[in-house]
Amino acid sequence: MREPKKSWPRLDEAAHLGKRTPRLDAADKVTGRARYTQDVNLDEMLHLKFTLCPHGRARVRSVDVAAAQALDGVVVARAIVDEGEELEHAGREVAVVAAESEEIARAAARLVKVEYEVLEHNVAGDAPDLPEEWAREQRGREQGDVDAGFAEADVVVEGRYGAPIVTHCCLEPHGSVVEVVDEEHANTWSSTQRISSVDEDLAGELGINPENVRAVCQHMGGGFGSKFQFDVWDRECARIADETGRPVKVMLERDHELMVAGSRPSACADVRVGVKQDGTLTAWESRSWGSGGASGGSAPRLPYVFDKVPQRRTHVSIRTNTGAARPWRAPMSPQSCLITMAALDDAAAKLGLDPLDLFLKNVQFTARPEVYEEELQIAARLMDWRTRYVPRAAQQGTVRRGLGLSVHTWGGLGHDSNCSTTIRSDGSVSVSCGTQDLGTGSRTVLAVVTAETLGLRPAAIDVQIGDSTLPPSGGSGGSTTVGGISSAARNAALDALRQLLARAAPELQAAPEECRAQGGRVFVTAAPERALGWSEACALIGPEALAGSGRTDPELMAEGVGGAQMAEVEVDVETGVVTMKKLVAVQDCGTVVDLTLAESQVYGACIMGISSALFEERVMDPGTGACLNPNMAFYRLAGIGDVGEIVVHLMQTEAHHARGVIGIGEPPVISPIAAISNAVANAAGVRVPYAPFTPRAVLNALGKGGAR
Amino acid sequence: MKDFAYAAPATLARAAALWREAPEASRFLAGGTDLLGLMKDFIVEPSRVISLAAIPELRGIREEGGTLVIGAMTPLGEVIASPLARARCPALIQAAAGIKSPQLRNMATLGGDLLQRPRCWYFRRGFGLLGLRDGKPLVLEGDDRFHAILGNAGPAKFVSPSSVAPALVAAGAELSVWSGEGLRRLAARDLYRAPEGEGESEFTLAGGEILVSVRLPAPRPASATYEVRQRRSLDWPVAAASACLELEGGRVAGARLVLGQVAPAPWLVDVTSLLAGKPLDEEAAKAAAAAALKDATPLQGNGYKVQVAEVAARRALLLAAGQAG
Repeated sequence: MREPKKSWPRLDEAAHLGKRTPRLDAADKVTGRARYTQDVNLDEMLHLKFTLCPHGRARVRSVDVAAAQALDGVVVARAIVDEGEELEHAGREVAVVAAESEEIARAAARLVKVEYEVLEHNVAGDAPDLPEEWAREQRGREQGDVDAGFAEADVVVEGRYGAPIVTHCCLEPHGSVVEVVDEEHANTWSSTQRISSVDEDLAGELGINPENVRAVCQHMGGGFGSKFQFDVWDRECARIADETGRPVKVMLERDHELMVAGSRPSACADVRVGVKQDGTLTAWESRSWGSGGASGGSAPRLPYVFDKVPQRRTHVSIRTNTGAARPWRAPMSPQSCLITMAALDDAAAKLGLDPLDLFLKNVQFTARPEVYEEELQIAARLMDWRTRYVPRAAQQGTVRRGLGLSVHTWGGLGHDSNCSTTIRSDGSVSVSCGTQDLGTGSRTVLAVVTAETLGLRPAAIDVQIGDSTLPPSGGSGGSTTVGGISSAARNAALDALRQLLARAAPELQAAPEECRAQGGRVFVTAAPERALGWSEACALIGPEALAGSGRTDPELMAEGVGGAQMAEVEVDVETGVVTMKKLVAVQDCGTVVDLTLAESQVYGACIMGISSALFEERVMDPGTGACLNPNMAFYRLAGIGDVGEIVVHLMQTEAHHARGVIGIGEPPVISPIAAISNAVANAAGVRVPYAPFTPRAVLNALGKGGAR
Repeated sequence: MKDFAYAAPATLARAAALWREAPEASRFLAGGTDLLGLMKDFIVEPSRVISLAAIPELRGIREEGGTLVIGAMTPLGEVIASPLARARCPALIQAAAGIKSPQLRNMATLGGDLLQRPRCWYFRRGFGLLGLRDGKPLVLEGDDRFHAILGNAGPAKFVSPSSVAPALVAAGAELSVWSGEGLRRLAARDLYRAPEGEGESEFTLAGGEILVSVRLPAPRPASATYEVRQRRSLDWPVAAASACLELEGGRVAGARLVLGQVAPAPWLVDVTSLLAGKPLDEEAAKAAAAAALKDATPLQGNGYKVQVAEVAARRALLLAAGQAG
């Protein structure tokens, strides 16, 4: 029998694909039924807490856990560093305690006495001129004839731009529960971005067969790239569960979370841009620096998006005694975007050009000129840019409005994923996939795809995810999930449908390939009146359910997206307060599986981007090396009142739809910081070099900060 | 947090008696929005917590012979909603409304706001109220962006965090305090002091004293508060100012300006002599604000706060005079 063609239905023919389906787990989340790792409480469970190093850098002289051990309710207390070991940042775990309650564990962790030899540290990740001990020059890169490019330029524009270290600040901290069932079996509930392989790490730690480990993560309160590792707390959780035979739970304290469980590297750069009078770029030169912790950090990709311009770049990697960087939603891209788009915007300002014209003039230097041109035009229309743009420094008054723009790119090719679809004789349908829902809507994606393929309603599909016993699926990073799971689910559903049609077709006196399933019926395509209801068709299945399986399919997905964003801000030039008025986000992502979910990704990304543009910064104390703001009062996140109006436009045409599914989790978080920086410059009349654009940063840039 | 015993006595006398049983280990609990966080972070570790919630005379808003009396345990939300309080002192209402969290406004009390502990990140990270190391404030070599720009010559570099204190000091409010034997009165501004050494308090209340009520003897219709906050949602201001004016025929007869979040205590500037007899216009407000910040002594990295405080002062004065800031 011929395989049904593996493709997505056209947009105008789809019943659910690209439309709006309410999130399957929305009610569970708003009623509190959704079970997170934090909600897992087992009988006899122990709680873990850690004693953390308070110094920026130190050598451990001794660890004394006697007082902790003596506390009533403490089961385990021990050092997890060696004497003489060098600790590279404040917040490093020095000792672990397990106790009958979280409160006892917390108190016990404070009773551990540690003697340190305090060593010299550096916590400045954005200082340009550090001694060699802390700063390492990386090999430079050159592409095209840069000197000729600068010679050709009418104007050379110079600027300095940068963004500090920010944290992931997941609202659900890192954590897991481990239960060792017997010598050969264990269970874990983990807040993780890769449920399908957590079992292997745990099995490795326990020395048992991974097949005997079950890992579960039904819901997650955010990961943003920080929840891939099997961390020291997971390891200690496993070891102590193994030793004591009791379930053990660890959820990081907020300060621990913000100090060690993930951060985005800083990136700053001195930039020179060669540009002709008409705005055409001729050359790029940059010297960047930044830090992602004790191991230094990687270089921003400069110039970003406009990467075909002749370019020369160098990077200095700075070692800081701070918790290590982890991939942060579109690693290095927001920083690269800020540096590039700000430099281009400054070039436009110097030439007296509208930056929109300068960007349009230079789309030739991007990978997808037509796409960027179209997206910029759409964004301009939604922002009413052409009538509302006023040149930089042309405004008077105390509160000034400004517009800024940016473009970005991302890959988003689906990861390797497996999926199975079961159709039973009672008409019920289940889809199973070992993926996880980070809050992105993976569950709903699987339901939409399966429902579309079988001609059913998404709400009728039972979705099983977040369990390592399900068909394995890749980790959720790099915007790879939706492509992987949607194509696998499509193939699994097609496989199951093929089997169903093989049973139903004889009843309809047709060949299976002449039949289809749509609108809750199975019928002959050429003669729709020859039909069976879905349950009638399924009744033919018999006691053994039909099982379809599918894998990620390159034919159903694609990679490479673009986006254009425009920000409107108000700047009070007396107080330096920046207020978001509006952010327009135009984004393509190939086949949109669900319009509401895709838009939600963009809204969430915009809010996260606004937050890091205006507020976020991990502040380290130069004297002690301690983190000064590891709590939610001092580590400022944008509140809903801070984000202004957000307008999302997804490129959803038959042409985009025909490309295949592409991930969208990361791309829209890239541009806000750049678009906002440009809008602030447009309003304030000066470039505020470093994010976040706080009153201090704005007033200092305006020369009103009294900076000494 | 450390385990603690909890009591909720029904009288001031009983609350004070409970405190005397274990003076070092006891803390009074108002709305709990600050104390509980401090306890969770092990910054304070009382073994006895004495709730003031069951003492009736600590709560409510009433007029007593021309004086508006607001019980210290009155939630800020009730103060904001009170027509009496609104008519008496708009500056107070605006200050309380600047706390952009309904949860905090519903739980936090007027007295608790006056007595909340500094938000200095050295203090909150366990380095002590003055954040000293080897006798030197860590902030001097550290991160001072939110620290004091006035009154910071001594070891105290933190800023008074109260939202409502500037308004109450500007309005000339009095506080009624239960001292164990009876009630005593003090001016709101005298509640605060700059500690000279670690272990000293930033408040002048003696151990075991309980703030009973805030008293506003005179109506302050020409008053206003202006806060500069980084976020529109909940945030402690970078700087704030409250102004109370006495206007006679459109001219200033008296003017009290208080800056918040800029010094270890609310920073009172009597700008009466500068403004007396003049209409309060943009130029006068600007001159008064400049005078208020004239002697500012910013630290290494918080010079911007001088600008912010000056703007807050000018805008508060203009708002108090009924002109848009």
